[in-house]
Amino acid sequence: MFAAAAIALGFLLLPIVAIFARVSPGKLVAQLSHPVVTDALVLSLKTSAIAQALVVLVGTPAAYVLATRRFPGRSLAVVLVELPLVLPPAVAGIGLIAAFGRLGLLGATLDAFGVRLGLTQAAVVIAVAYVSSPFYVRQAVAAFEAVDPNLVAASRTLGAGPARTFFRVVLPLARRGLAAGEALSFARGLGEFGATIMFAGSLQGATQTLPLAIYAAFDVQPDGFTTALAMSALLVVVSGALLVALRITLQWQPSKPTSRFLFAPSR
Amino acid sequence: MATLQTDFTLPLRSFALELALDVSRTVALVGPSGAGKTSVLRAIAGLVEPSRGRVVLDGERWLDTERRVSLPPERRRVGLVFQDYALFPHLSVRGNVAFGSRGRPVDELLERFRIRHLAATQPAELSGGERQRVALARALAREPAVLLLDEPLAALDAHTKSEVRHELAELLRELALPTLLVTHDYEDAAALADEVGVLVEGRLRQLGPPAELVARPRDAFVASFTGANLLRGKARRGEGALTAIRLESGEDLYSADEAEGDVGVVVYPWEVSVARAHAPDSDSALNVVRGEVGSLVEVANRVRVRVGPVTAEVTAASAERLALAEGGVAYATFKATGTRLVPL
Repeated sequence: MFAAAAIALGFLLLPIVAIFARVSPGKLVAQLSHPVVTDALVLSLKTSAIAQALVVLVGTPAAYVLATRRFPGRSLAVVLVELPLVLPPAVAGIGLIAAFGRLGLLGATLDAFGVRLGLTQAAVVIAVAYVSSPFYVRQAVAAFEAVDPNLVAASRTLGAGPARTFFRVVLPLARRGLAAGEALSFARGLGEFGATIMFAGSLQGATQTLPLAIYAAFDVQPDGFTTALAMSALLVVVSGALLVALRITLQWQPSKPTSRFLFAPSR
Repeated sequence: MATLQTDFTLPLRSFALELALDVSRTVALVGPSGAGKTSVLRAIAGLVEPSRGRVVLDGERWLDTERRVSLPPERRRVGLVFQDYALFPHLSVRGNVAFGSRGRPVDELLERFRIRHLAATQPAELSGGERQRVALARALAREPAVLLLDEPLAALDAHTKSEVRHELAELLRELALPTLLVTHDYEDAAALADEVGVLVEGRLRQLGPPAELVARPRDAFVASFTGANLLRGKARRGEGALTAIRLESGEDLYSADEAEGDVGVVVYPWEVSVARAHAPDSDSALNVVRGEVGSLVEVANRVRVRVGPVTAEVTAASAERLALAEGGVAYATFKATGTRLVPL
């Protein structure tokens, strides 16, 4: 049993160890100045930030409705929300092209508004949001479902309307679950490859995110493998650091509101 | 004093709750679990919507299905104390109490409920009694016009309970708010409320002051729920003004109440005397039930003795003098005037 656990752990860690074993810290820092790398890093961070903001802003209310309202077709909706989880990235990419591409279902409509998504950052954002949002939404649904309905009822009878109840009771209680979901969603989005390369292409400075740049470097450049390794190491470091930062920020408990009363004059 | 008028129908899973009740002082609804007690409170608070009816507080319409009025919970001035207290786990005691106070200072309430020293404590660290006080303070901080209490004593252990019951009764008297509380415990209801309603499967079986429910239980359920013995039998006209009741065991009992057919003989434990021997000529009590002593349970300074099918309540001193022991034979006697007959 222990041997099996050791093998499993070793199997999972070895590729990551191998990356760092092949790249010295000095080389890693040196790569940061390479325009292909900096362009890709900036683009990855920017598109991820926008995509995750959209995922949270739209996904949170959607998850709350799915978690708390009973309506016909609710279970179907929950299944549909999770569908992109099991969709192969290539299929997601084709689907996005078929929907939002110039010749796609909404292509003509978008065209009429002067919107062309091909080879733009917006396309990257859409691809990232599409594949990563289910990770957030399913976790958010679970987190909202776990909030005791009696606490919501108590808040309402204490004079708080639905909005105040949501922000003062539901959100603080669901926060840990939301943070965990967002961390997963973010990680999935940052590593997004298949749907992005099909839907947005891989144009340096425009749509080439870090994973795409790694693939491009590995494929093309004469000394590509080393550059790809360095970028991989960078991606591991960046996503690791961001995940930790995200967890700390979202799980941070605000200091007790009682403290400001400590020095109030007694009545 | 304000009056809360309620009259509504609320469909529940296996029956419809139908209630018409005016609350101006403290009313307790008692009944077995699943009788719809909590649903009554939730309907008044606006957490569930009745299919028909009205909830009106002194002309303030909270619900009127005919006029299509249904205020959301936050606009009904209720203080609802939940059975498990539903304290916000992420807020301190002060945060909980101040939640509905709309900026008004809550120090006075914290003081009044003796929880000021706990102001910075999280609910998870509180004892049952402290939680209850926080829940009450939180409900009152909202300045409610009506107080709704869901099983206010059920979550407390027996030791804390009697003390809290006393405090709560005092508090309700001081507040003088229309108060509706629900409980499965008749003794709690009688101790806290001016009027007690017995709710069974969504219907009010009887409503009245606690003493009246005991003196004149309307049916077998009310009688047994208020703590009476209920002995089943067949009534026929007996000698004189008395009704004779033949029990299933073959024994005859007598009652001053008039009845015929299948009846329940209702007798309260404190109307029943217990003796080791029975001398018919020297006892004014007509009713004698011979039986084995089943159990002896001490309640405060009294002892509840089970003699055959009858529970009697005697003082601890008497129980000791009689040297009652489980398994021994004893006689439970009670007067014909101490019984009530209810239809079955």
